[in-house]
Amino acid sequence: MEGGATGEPPREGEVTPMEWRRKHVLGLADFSAEEIEFVIDTARSMEDVLTRDIKKVPALRGKTVVNLFFEASTRTRTSFEIAGKRLSADVVNFSSAVSSVAKGETLLDTAKNINAMMPSIIVMRHPVSGASQFLSRHVTCSVINAGDGSNEHPTQGLLDLYAIIKVKDKIKGLKISIIGDILHSRVARSNLHSLSRMGADLWLCGPGTLVPKEMVRFGATVTNDIREAVRDADVVMMLRIQLERQKTSYFPSLREYARNYGLNSEVFSLARKDAIIMHPGPINRGVELSDELADSSHSIILNQVESGVAIRMALLYLLAGGHNAAR
Amino acid sequence: MKKSGKKLILDTKGVDRVLSRLTHEILEKNKGAEEIVLVGICSGGVPLSRVIQDKIRSIEGVEVPSGYVDITLYRDDLSRAGYQPRLKRTEIPFSIDEKKVVLVDDVLFTGRTIRAAMDALIDFGRPKNIQLAVLIDRGHRELPIRADYVGRNVPTARAETVEVLVGEEMEEWKVVLRENLPGKGK
Repeated sequence: MEGGATGEPPREGEVTPMEWRRKHVLGLADFSAEEIEFVIDTARSMEDVLTRDIKKVPALRGKTVVNLFFEASTRTRTSFEIAGKRLSADVVNFSSAVSSVAKGETLLDTAKNINAMMPSIIVMRHPVSGASQFLSRHVTCSVINAGDGSNEHPTQGLLDLYAIIKVKDKIKGLKISIIGDILHSRVARSNLHSLSRMGADLWLCGPGTLVPKEMVRFGATVTNDIREAVRDADVVMMLRIQLERQKTSYFPSLREYARNYGLNSEVFSLARKDAIIMHPGPINRGVELSDELADSSHSIILNQVESGVAIRMALLYLLAGGHNAAR
Repeated sequence: MKKSGKKLILDTKGVDRVLSRLTHEILEKNKGAEEIVLVGICSGGVPLSRVIQDKIRSIEGVEVPSGYVDITLYRDDLSRAGYQPRLKRTEIPFSIDEKKVVLVDDVLFTGRTIRAAMDALIDFGRPKNIQLAVLIDRGHRELPIRADYVGRNVPTARAETVEVLVGEEMEEWKVVLRENLPGKGK
């Protein structure tokens, strides 16, 4: 057990340790199936820690994680904060509303200043697509994208995958339908990358204005008929309809949207008997998802949240090693 | 060290005899198996703790609880490794409060693993005491740690490696001392 610098040597019959070489997690577009499985495996061990009385291990002692949020967020920020604290990292929260950003500081200046305080990892959410990519080029620490515009939300993609695996034991061959505003959804985009890589039978559904046809390049089937999407599905993933989009002309009214693309018991009865319902939150009850279903035994929405802490612990742990050893 | 750079320290029978003696020592010192729980350190200590559990069963006729602990998240060299080691699982499905915990590992070397394992255990409860059983003590301690039960003391050079191949699924058990392959430390 007392290994050298590269960990203990692999034993007979044991998987050779994979080398994690990634410095940043900006999106799932370039994640291999092997990397995804490695993160899931690591998350399983992290989940063990979460079941103990003392839900804390010293792995990231002396490391600092900065949560840099330029958009409102409860779930994701809290989840990252808890994940960091469970690993004994020092977690600093920074939200744009009460910071120098409100005084007009640019993202680059903010980033450089925070970088100068030598954190190990910056977790950033930003309304502009590509912002985390930009940040990663200007800081020396690791960057985790916690959502950038309508581009990607990689930790959500991984935690959704993990939550499905925990119930279904696999991804390959499952009919998974993502329903709602695909066009503006970073959650959908990250899920498309990870789920298609793992071999899901992916379906995308929503009004024509919100489901770009180009999505077929992921091997997904695109439909405007929710019944077709839900029929025999193993997983139905509802996306949040952003209420502010109602003002634009993507769809005529919320009521009409709810009638055509909201999931209710009648539509859901077309899915497989053991189908599960997912939602990245926050839910607009009665719009994309009926009350009844949101609170039903088919809903794994709270399991998604639970999986999120384990996945984020796994990524913080994996990124905190190696390359930024000096910090 | 022979020409091959490899020396057999224990074979199947040898390992079995050593573990029998260790089991008797554990039972003697604790005056029986009462309050004893076994915790193997991943990965090398796990099969050994199972063998000891079997032996206690056949000697005393009792089933002592047995679990295992992965110390990766408690290591003191996490950011010195080139990359993060793959995590294994920890499974201690019983309370260790007021129990005599016997930690089991294959090779005692610097003592850092044991330090980490003790930290991990203490996060699970407050044992009455913690004892340490190892198959091989190869010296070179870097911390003030010693084993209560030692299978075999094997003088080694730092550059050498002690390989312990023991497991229920393995037909042949052996402990081998070999010249170190570059990049491996043990």
